[in-house]
Amino acid sequence: MVKPLSRDGIAWRAAQDLEDGMVVNLGIGMPVLASGYAPPGREVVYQSENGIIGVGPEASENEADPDLVDAGSRRVTLAPGGVIVDSAAAFAMIRGGHIDVTLLGGFEVAANGDLANWDMQVPLKGQLVGGAMDLAFGAGEVRVIMQHCTKDGAPRLLNACRLPLTAPACVTRVYTDLAVVDVTPKGFVVRELLAGLTEADLRAKTEAPLIFAADCGVLAAPV
Amino acid sequence: MIDKRVPSLEAALAGLTSGMTLMMSGFGGAGAPVNLMRALARHDARDLTVIINSLRFLEGQAPSLFDDRRVIAAVCSAFRGRGATPSAYERQWQEGALKIELSPQGTFAERIRAGGAGIPAFFTPTAAGLELGEGKEVRSFDGRPAVLETALKADFAFLRAAEADRMGNIRFHGTQGNFGPAMAMASKVAVVEVGVVSETLLPPDRIHCPGVYVNRVIHAPETGEILG
Repeated sequence: MVKPLSRDGIAWRAAQDLEDGMVVNLGIGMPVLASGYAPPGREVVYQSENGIIGVGPEASENEADPDLVDAGSRRVTLAPGGVIVDSAAAFAMIRGGHIDVTLLGGFEVAANGDLANWDMQVPLKGQLVGGAMDLAFGAGEVRVIMQHCTKDGAPRLLNACRLPLTAPACVTRVYTDLAVVDVTPKGFVVRELLAGLTEADLRAKTEAPLIFAADCGVLAAPV
Repeated sequence: MIDKRVPSLEAALAGLTSGMTLMMSGFGGAGAPVNLMRALARHDARDLTVIINSLRFLEGQAPSLFDDRRVIAAVCSAFRGRGATPSAYERQWQEGALKIELSPQGTFAERIRAGGAGIPAFFTPTAAGLELGEGKEVRSFDGRPAVLETALKADFAFLRAAEADRMGNIRFHGTQGNFGPAMAMASKVAVVEVGVVSETLLPPDRIHCPGVYVNRVIHAPETGEILG
């Protein structure tokens, strides 16, 4: 039985691609877990849409401050060199091209890089867009962290998104519990495949066509 | 002498009447003016329009505003209610009794900033070509489409901060600031509730929002439970 990556495992894998000196926005959900897994020696500045530039680790119970929260309302600490601005300035930073990478959660990603991650179309319930659109339109690069399939086993890597888009043709790379997949002009290219999984297994869980890179690696995480 | 301190929450809301538009700051509980929200619940103004990032924070502090159908319109970036069943305001939205304009959060923040900065409208790429950009003027700049978004202004703004002085100068703690400085600029009457009213004027390098944008300072140390 092949064991897919855990939520932390997917976040760990995404964090390995963050480079020293990058300014990175982490979306709510799985992406915020990535801040704990950047390789030692790399200094990454984590930005939060509510104004923190330099989000530190989640606060312990005795250091938790209800007036210091991140985009997911988690009580956090401030990293060394961190600073706090207001929301208008935080989004000026996002739209203005000052964020190198945003790691966002996703519901669906299409082979052309379209992203749907804001409206699940839950009947009778209100909508929530938050900062996802500004990030997907404004960040230098959009990388998505998500489960490869829905809870019901339906694929999320699609020929075309079915849910309303967050932004068109914005995603460059997708990290899932089964694979690392790049969005290229030719479509999805698999860079890493979970240990023990076959190409046919992954194709069966993916709607869009997959190209396997000649140097396709093995996906594994220590957490 | 300038003295913006007011003695009570009732005095902080003086002049607030039915039909007005109110801005309320707050993100994840930080900077949420919970005492002013609760005071608004005890007030009798109706037909209100609220401009708030997440509508459920207001419902959490002042449920009677929705139970009594006193809010008729909202501009926000989120109006998902708590739990799986529809909340009072979600039902009113479904019925058409509550009009809700959903704005991407960065657009929302910039519309408020623009309102306070004398910019009537601006173009942003966010939501161009998508559902939330529908019905808005689109122009291309450097080959990239952008939608025209209009400024937001209000009669009142409610903020929460750590400290203020008699001139209305504000010091925020942590992430309390969020939409507050822009809302103070964009409103006719900006009211800030604070844990500490400074006996002396705040030193200039500790001021995050200058008092010229702030009209009233109310001492409100208690926040109690903040429901998200």
